[in-house]
Amino acid sequence: MLKSYLLLFYLCLLGAVNAQHQVSGYVYSQENSIQSPLVGASVYWENSTSGTVSNDDGYFSLAQSPENTVLVISYLGFKTIKLTAGFDKPIEVILISDTSAALNEVTVSQRRKALQRAFFTPKNISTIGSAELLKAACCNLSESFETNPSIDVNFSDALTGNKQIQMLGLTSPYILFTQENIPNLRGSNQAFGLSFTPGTWVESIQITKGAGAVSSGYESISGQINAELIKPLTAPPLFVNGYRSANGRTEINLQGKYDLSSKWATSLFVHANKRAQLTDNNNDGFLDAPLSEQLNVLSRWQYIDAEKGWVAFASFKALTDSKQIGELAYVPDLHKSKSQYWGGELDTDTWEFNLKTGYVDPEIPYRSIGFQSAISHHKQVAYFGNKNYNVSYSSFFHHLVYQSILSNTLHKFKIGLQHMVDVYDETILTTDITRNETNLGAFFEYNYDGTAGFNAIIGARVDYHNVMGTFVTPRVHLRHAFFDDKSVLRISAGAGRRIASIFAENQKFLGSQRKLFLPQPTQPMYGLLPERAWNYGLSWIQKVTFVDRPFDLILDVYRTQFVNRVVVDWETPGAISFYNLDGKSHAQSIQLSVNTSLNARIDLRFAYKTFDIKTEYRSGLKRVPLQAENRWFAFVGYNSVLEDGKQWRADVTLHRVGKQRQVASFTTPSNFVSGFSLLSMQLTRQFSNQFSVYAGAENLLDVKQTDAILSSEDPFGAAFDSSQLYAPVFGRMLYAGFRFNL
Amino acid sequence: MLFFVTIAVAQTQKENIEVRGNCNMCKMRIEKTALKTKGVKYANWTAESQQLTLIYNAKKTSPKSVAKNIAAVGHDADSIVATEEAYNALPACCLYRTVSRH
Repeated sequence: MLKSYLLLFYLCLLGAVNAQHQVSGYVYSQENSIQSPLVGASVYWENSTSGTVSNDDGYFSLAQSPENTVLVISYLGFKTIKLTAGFDKPIEVILISDTSAALNEVTVSQRRKALQRAFFTPKNISTIGSAELLKAACCNLSESFETNPSIDVNFSDALTGNKQIQMLGLTSPYILFTQENIPNLRGSNQAFGLSFTPGTWVESIQITKGAGAVSSGYESISGQINAELIKPLTAPPLFVNGYRSANGRTEINLQGKYDLSSKWATSLFVHANKRAQLTDNNNDGFLDAPLSEQLNVLSRWQYIDAEKGWVAFASFKALTDSKQIGELAYVPDLHKSKSQYWGGELDTDTWEFNLKTGYVDPEIPYRSIGFQSAISHHKQVAYFGNKNYNVSYSSFFHHLVYQSILSNTLHKFKIGLQHMVDVYDETILTTDITRNETNLGAFFEYNYDGTAGFNAIIGARVDYHNVMGTFVTPRVHLRHAFFDDKSVLRISAGAGRRIASIFAENQKFLGSQRKLFLPQPTQPMYGLLPERAWNYGLSWIQKVTFVDRPFDLILDVYRTQFVNRVVVDWETPGAISFYNLDGKSHAQSIQLSVNTSLNARIDLRFAYKTFDIKTEYRSGLKRVPLQAENRWFAFVGYNSVLEDGKQWRADVTLHRVGKQRQVASFTTPSNFVSGFSLLSMQLTRQFSNQFSVYAGAENLLDVKQTDAILSSEDPFGAAFDSSQLYAPVFGRMLYAGFRFNL
Repeated sequence: MLFFVTIAVAQTQKENIEVRGNCNMCKMRIEKTALKTKGVKYANWTAESQQLTLIYNAKKTSPKSVAKNIAAVGHDADSIVATEEAYNALPACCLYRTVSRH
């Protein structure tokens, strides 16, 4: 038993936010095709002392150590079953009555309730599991959030096809991205980084609303998104995925793993994508989506020695990506640096290396020490028409954390040190800019796990930064459960700050003829101050049973108040100005959601969100442009009974985006554009546990923004602007793909 | 770091005691009761093994006093049998003397 608890601690050590590596699932009984949860079924590892029983919902969760290979599920009067595989995902087990001779087979399937709101942690975390990730049409992290109402996906610009994600009314620079708890997609990686992690590499995603953990850094302002990648020890030996969309995008994913011993395993992930087809569905003479090519390779190594208490990961990733944007007739070799046709190219090369090690004394399972180290390099060479932007960015990250208890395991703490170095070398138009940032931080986080439904995480960190000086970042998360755990209230508050990489984050304005205005032309940071903000929020989860169905009602209210912000002002036609906030800036969001399951086959989700996002511009306090005040979300998911590995799965998602404010152009004053609805669906046929085929459609209602590029007929004129994008360019998009694994 | 050293040199001991119970609700009750006993640092109970693993400060408490506290909330612990009254106060699924786990 101790070993299974040890494993739990390894997971904490590696920063897995919840029990992802626990084996969990549901036990049902089936009589006359009616399934009902089986309460009190025994679930245990064969030849071990580690076991549990299923609860009122038939749910169980059990830690797995490397030597646990056979899971036994038994209940008096039912056939006992033994499972040896499929532990990486929630298991659905249907026990068949021992006396019914006609039905003597056992069904085991993956439970598809893949979007989970954390119930027991003080932080407001929702987890997107692997089953949910399959519902995303394609292809990378930026597209993995479309079935989750906590994240909004915005269109960045009409040239690059890039999508920008948003949480609590703030776009991605204000969200801290971590990959297995190592900060990722920072600095110059910001604009396109999400499209550099293929969706098939991701095991799960944890979304934390509001102030994040102090141990992850001071940069999270509206929230934190952590992606856990597939681990070598639990990966399938072989996985192949192919995808093709009607807008000419082809993707191939190959993944293989090899067990070097029972303690060592390695995985190789290879991703390639290409779009060679010229598309212009809105007939403006410009490519709707760039011509592009990407090759992305990741090698991972994992080591676990449960007896001695050691765990380690090493990963190496390399990527090369190229995009060509602009007019259909543009050919780089012929037209570059000329003004016959407008076009551009973006070439990105990145590599990163990271190492994680952790140790838990097997005799003292509540104490652990962990060390993480990451080095990355990002190089982008790009031009947008007559404007060029090159950046070389290197980052070094070291993180040491010690976890233990105060008096007993109800009082846990984490203490650690973090060191970061960021080196930027940018060329914007003809100006060379270099910038170095160094930070050394120390953090302490106390975690109280109360006996009467009260939990708290209270943390603070002190950082010494070469530009921002010495500063303290406090963060608090409180949770209280009421009414027999049917209701949970969470409250959080915290500070965050960051230095804006204004060019990298606002590359979309290079696709316009706007003139750049900075407070002062000199370095460092052109007179722009670090951004500082406070985030407060509360969340209420209510579990209710209505007509025998369980409902989760969730209310989230969050507000981010900026103390200082780098205001991106493009209110004046032909200009883009950056300056320090002088006045108010806030983003407030209220989200109301309802999740339920009609039966074991059909899941439903609804959400309504209302935002109040305002900033004081030089021209006055205004709603931030291209931000909808209201958004609606509906989702229906269906999966058929799994028989002999065969299953149908279908889901339909509707996003309704309310009216948005457009900034003024040379011809029209600032005005509101009306709302629109995006409908998508996907159908999957699983032929066996090894092979499945899927097809789907995005933007079924064929919504298209016709004036996506202003003044597209005169791209070298002052009015040219591709940054006023609020809706899809491409219209309806069909796709199909397959997945095969051993 | 001085702080951690003091923990390490304290009279930390580890011991398993038998505790009877059925389910996850029992587990929560047993572990939290153990942890509420002053001097107990770590407690882990499983239904399968019927064993409670304790890590505790031997200067402040003993497995015997933990067992007493657990018996007081209705679970037979070590050699201490819970009173009928405490046992009957348990929720129905936790009545290990009458409800079988299998």
